[in-house]
Amino acid sequence: MAKVLLDVKNLSVHYKIQAGWVYAVDDVSFTLHRGETMGLVGESGCGKTTTGYGITQLLASNAYIKEGSKVIFDGKDFVEMSTVPSKKFPGYRRIVEYHPEMRKYRWKRISMIFQGAMNAFNPVFKVGDQIIEAILTHENVTEEEARKRVERLYELVGIPKDRIDNYPHEYSGGMKQRAMIAMALALNPDLIIADEPTTALDVVTQDKILGEMARLQKENNVAMIIITHDVSVVAEMAHKMAVMYAGHLVEVGSTRQVFKETAHPYMEALLKAFPSIKGEKKRLKAIPGSPPDLANPPKGCRFAPRCPYAKDICLEEEPPVVEVAPGHFSKCHFAEELYGELGGEANE
Amino acid sequence: MNEENNGGDVVVKVRDLKKYFELHVGMFKFWGEPIYVKAVDGISFDIRKGEVLGLVGESGCGKTTTGRLLTRLEDPTAGSILFHGKDIAKLKGKDLKEYRKNVQMIFQDPYESLNPRFTVLKTVMEPLLIHGIGDTYEDKVEMVIKALEDAELKPAEEYLERFPHELSGGQRQRVAIARALVLRPQFIVADEPVSMLDVSIRAGVMNLMLDLRDKYGIPFLFITHDIAVARYMSDRIAVMYLGKIVEMGETDDVIFNPLHPYTKALISAVPVPDPDHKHGRVEIKGEIPSPINLPPGCRFWPRCPYAQKGLCDTKDPPLVEVKEGHYVACHFAEKFAAGEEVPKKESALA
Repeated sequence: MAKVLLDVKNLSVHYKIQAGWVYAVDDVSFTLHRGETMGLVGESGCGKTTTGYGITQLLASNAYIKEGSKVIFDGKDFVEMSTVPSKKFPGYRRIVEYHPEMRKYRWKRISMIFQGAMNAFNPVFKVGDQIIEAILTHENVTEEEARKRVERLYELVGIPKDRIDNYPHEYSGGMKQRAMIAMALALNPDLIIADEPTTALDVVTQDKILGEMARLQKENNVAMIIITHDVSVVAEMAHKMAVMYAGHLVEVGSTRQVFKETAHPYMEALLKAFPSIKGEKKRLKAIPGSPPDLANPPKGCRFAPRCPYAKDICLEEEPPVVEVAPGHFSKCHFAEELYGELGGEANE
Repeated sequence: MNEENNGGDVVVKVRDLKKYFELHVGMFKFWGEPIYVKAVDGISFDIRKGEVLGLVGESGCGKTTTGRLLTRLEDPTAGSILFHGKDIAKLKGKDLKEYRKNVQMIFQDPYESLNPRFTVLKTVMEPLLIHGIGDTYEDKVEMVIKALEDAELKPAEEYLERFPHELSGGQRQRVAIARALVLRPQFIVADEPVSMLDVSIRAGVMNLMLDLRDKYGIPFLFITHDIAVARYMSDRIAVMYLGKIVEMGETDDVIFNPLHPYTKALISAVPVPDPDHKHGRVEIKGEIPSPINLPPGCRFWPRCPYAQKGLCDTKDPPLVEVKEGHYVACHFAEKFAAGEEVPKKESALA
């Protein structure tokens, strides 16, 4: 994998609410190479969707990006390009809606598969027409050419061609998801951000869609970010993974590294709480407590109140990001000590 | 199905249970035969004391309807549900209320199943008031506290005056469990009770249910679409497809040695949280058809890689005991069980 495609540096996205700020994404850094798949996992409300949407700045109007955040896509810093310093909140940058430069990137270079494709299509337009519209918006082609391309895309994702002129309600859930993937591929993007692409689907359909996505990703050499709560989907699909907890990226590394040489207590706990159909049946371990309120996150490490390894320092100081092995990062005070000690049991 | 063994231990015995929903679409309301959705179409199973039976299947296979029939939230079209030997399929009025005291349900969404304007105390006490249990108010409060403690909401006193919006998802589901427990039920139907919860919370709620089963010997019907969850929770698993049970047996028998082609596909499709795991591709085609126009013969044949013309598309295979305690509804089940080769028909019937 040759070139770095996406370099996210210290990205912080905070939401302004009446009572103050919600620190949804704080100081998140990762890189993604061309043709690479990254899984972004975490529980609901941990900021994984905000991170994904923050890349293309498709965020609510009360979202502000902190000064110093960088999202460098193919050499271009999106934060610099389409945000301006906020007058109301010093230290933050405001997103300029419908920024003409940004719109050139959206869908053309970076496309998305939205959570719940069931509702992502407009119910009063034919599915094919919606994909054709996306093509015509960005490329100077005739409608016939666009239609030809949709036919080819349908073939690629495995929907019969005669379904192009159907309305969304005539599609099953799995087919809508496939059409969504076709739409995401329509303009040959460099990066696809898939937000919970299979969460609403049954296992058999999920398996087929994931297989399809992996194949298309390989054939077209597209980079992909899969946002999901399901670590088993990541294990199956991703080259590398990033684990999020309460707005922080707690562990980043290759999928193998993170699963087999776990370096953060949260990931270990997650694996111990996850049932599997493989191996011996073991009693699962729940993580005590619940995730913190992001409007009022704990001082120090955000996982410390639930962490079995926490010491005094964890409650006081925010941990640094430690590189425990090449390309394997953990945001923990004791990453070095715990590296190699964690996860063994869960992975036997 | 084996009728004689374990007679004393069986709490719930379901035989040939059917639920057809009548559809009135457009002009069919006035002309011709009414159309039926055969949500549950002749299923039979037993649930023994202290046992968790996992009911798995894809959406629309009839697993939730089965749960609702067992709690009599729906009236069965045909068949019997024997609860401690007494048929409750046709109960009405007082008898039905009495039955409902013994059977409780836990629902999927703890955000919807609790009344937002009721405190925890009021929510958990309501079943006691309905069934007139407990002599004084203090007795009732005591029972509520006991139930909350059973659901591991400790100290219970702290939760009594809280409203659902002050609780996390996991705590809400525990309140729903406490509400089910307060009547000391003899049978609980849990319909996707953990699918709305996050991983870190889910394990705790699953462990709680297993502990309650161990402590009180309450049998559960555990309905889920997640096979990994079903494996963790259940002693036995029943797999449903389009209103029929296609395979049933001890959990690890079904998971590691599935004999029905549908179960095989279902299990091979489950993602495994291990990057080294290599799993085979699912062999079945298409998606689950609509339960209105059921295919003739075996319901699975249009998608089955082993389907044979003249057999599978005409004759509906019965659920037979292939090995001890392992039931399969497939014409080739015995061959699969014996390890014999069954020819695959690439495009036999498609």
